Amino acid sequence: MTIDTSVPPSDARQVGQHTPELLLTGEHHLCPGCGEPLALRCLLDTITDLGVTHRTIGVVGIGCYTAFTTSLDVDVVQALHGRAPSVATGVKRMRPDRVVFTLQGDGDMVNEGLQEVLHTAARGEAVTCVLLNNGVFGETGGHMTATTVLGQRTKNTLEGRDAGYHGYPILIGDLIARLDGAAYVARGSVHNAGAVARTKKMVRRALEAQEAGGFSFVEVLTMCPTGWFVPTADGPEYLHETLGEVHVMGELKVDGRVRSTEELRVENVARQREIEARLAAGGLD
Amino acid sequence: MTSIAVQSADRRLMEGSEAIALAAIAAGCRFFAGYPMTPFTEVLEHFARYLPDVGGTCINAESELEAVGMAWGALATGARAATGSTGQGLSLMQESFAEITLAELPLVIFDLARGQGDYFQATRGGGHGDYRHLVLAPVDITETVELTQLAFHLADRWRNPVLVYGDYLTAHVEEAVAVTALDFGPVPDKDWALDGSATGTGASRLVSPLGLAKSGAEPVGIEAHLRAIDAKQRAITAAEPRAESGYLDDAETVVVAFGSPARFVRAVVRDLRAGGARVGYVRPITLWPFPADVVADAASGVRTVACFELCAGQMIDDVRLAVLGRAPVVGIGGISTDGSGFGVGRLLDMDTIRARILAVHEGGPDAELPPLPDNERTLW
Repeated sequence: MTIDTSVPPSDARQVGQHTPELLLTGEHHLCPGCGEPLALRCLLDTITDLGVTHRTIGVVGIGCYTAFTTSLDVDVVQALHGRAPSVATGVKRMRPDRVVFTLQGDGDMVNEGLQEVLHTAARGEAVTCVLLNNGVFGETGGHMTATTVLGQRTKNTLEGRDAGYHGYPILIGDLIARLDGAAYVARGSVHNAGAVARTKKMVRRALEAQEAGGFSFVEVLTMCPTGWFVPTADGPEYLHETLGEVHVMGELKVDGRVRSTEELRVENVARQREIEARLAAGGLD
Repeated sequence: MTSIAVQSADRRLMEGSEAIALAAIAAGCRFFAGYPMTPFTEVLEHFARYLPDVGGTCINAESELEAVGMAWGALATGARAATGSTGQGLSLMQESFAEITLAELPLVIFDLARGQGDYFQATRGGGHGDYRHLVLAPVDITETVELTQLAFHLADRWRNPVLVYGDYLTAHVEEAVAVTALDFGPVPDKDWALDGSATGTGASRLVSPLGLAKSGAEPVGIEAHLRAIDAKQRAITAAEPRAESGYLDDAETVVVAFGSPARFVRAVVRDLRAGGARVGYVRPITLWPFPADVVADAASGVRTVACFELCAGQMIDDVRLAVLGRAPVVGIGGISTDGSGFGVGRLLDMDTIRARILAVHEGGPDAELPPLPDNERTLW
């Protein structure tokens, strides 16, 4: 079967174009529908917005997003799978006046290097750890990770993740929020424009928390239609309704107060109602 | 505040662990991360005590994996940084060792091993891929002060990790030493180091083991990158072998030994020479690159090359490769440890070593070695 790629597959239309200043090139080898570039854009634009461009260092793990190491106009250390928070610790201790962030996937951070991020958070290291959470090992082709939700089909949970056989997913943001060393913890998502805008605010608060001397953490739920075996156009909806239902979006720790999943759900429902009301009243600004 | 300058310049009695920390600081080391493990633990203690005084950082890492990762980050900023452990702890660091070498970062590793059975781990590289670490094996605390500083110089000189291989004796024997900064000459500028200032300039930097380059620059490519490291390591092999030797001119038997046990062997050989026995010794100071030429020259025309090491026999492989059939090579050491497994056992004893050297000196390579004494004597 030949796929015609000369026209959009649906009624998609371009409404604008924006390239972050800290991107050397827009070319990449990520799959169509991947959510990682959106998450990356939130991070890069925030660095620019905060005016910390010339004093920012990134530490990047191993996953699909490793491809960004060459396209970011950011000083970057390539770390091993799982080890970025420790590498970031060494960077920050030697360059305490720099803004230091890590970029890891769920396989990298929550599987391979779980203790690294927990200890870095507990130590209150003044870095910002960013997790791109799509619930699968995208780079290897869609295998179960520690964040894969119950029932989710992956290449090695063909009938869906079964709690009795595969165990339960780790809600990493909730885990980190309970550590005293963590100053700011949030979970964003990139399933729609509103979520992207909200995620960008979270990244901003996270970097501000780092500048104030604290550890901060932003988890971003991202689409991986290739790894989920769903049509590309269905990625955002699958993300929101499958992963997002368990890994609930919202700020998990602000000003020392930990917020429960239930509290976030209530907030999200209220937000949705407000948006719908504003749309009904003539649209969003 | 303790004044490092006063502390270290004064010649005073100190254990090897303290000498390592002070020598590293004299060499400009400003970051250390480690995880306690006998007999390495006191190295961490001394770094924790002294580094803050000079504006440095010592982190009691939550595991060896974190320790080496933290050092990795510190190195990427251009700082002189180190980690360390015993062989057991270094087993946990191997993945990072391999990648740090491929990222060409100048890591220094203090390996206070439980004996000499970690020779292969130290010299072959226990991780994946084609890489080696320079390995320096001090014989005593005075030399530990020198080789610790040399390690930082060589690491920067070659942009390659350097491992200092010691043992329980290196860590805990006290000697009167003075720690003063040594000048080994210039090293290349760290124009690859990251400080974040290049971010957003279009000329940002990437420290990567993968042979990648920022978009717009010509990527080296992984194959060419690995070949360049191979070429560099060949250059190290040619340039950096170091060894001490003695009494080789008319020797019939040559003993090869490294590290703390070589100190015993050296003393025994000196005694045997005083008694007229034509025995000599070679002490590799660099275990990688192995001083193959020195060993080969020493082996020419001798009856037996005897290898004394406190393990089942690991360095003996390198000795055989160096000797290449010029003389028979036999092992006269063996596994020997104290009851805890941390220190060294009854084989590290002047009388026992003398008896073993004499056995092969008088009986040739096929001589039967005298049995170990029955007593469970330990040195501490």
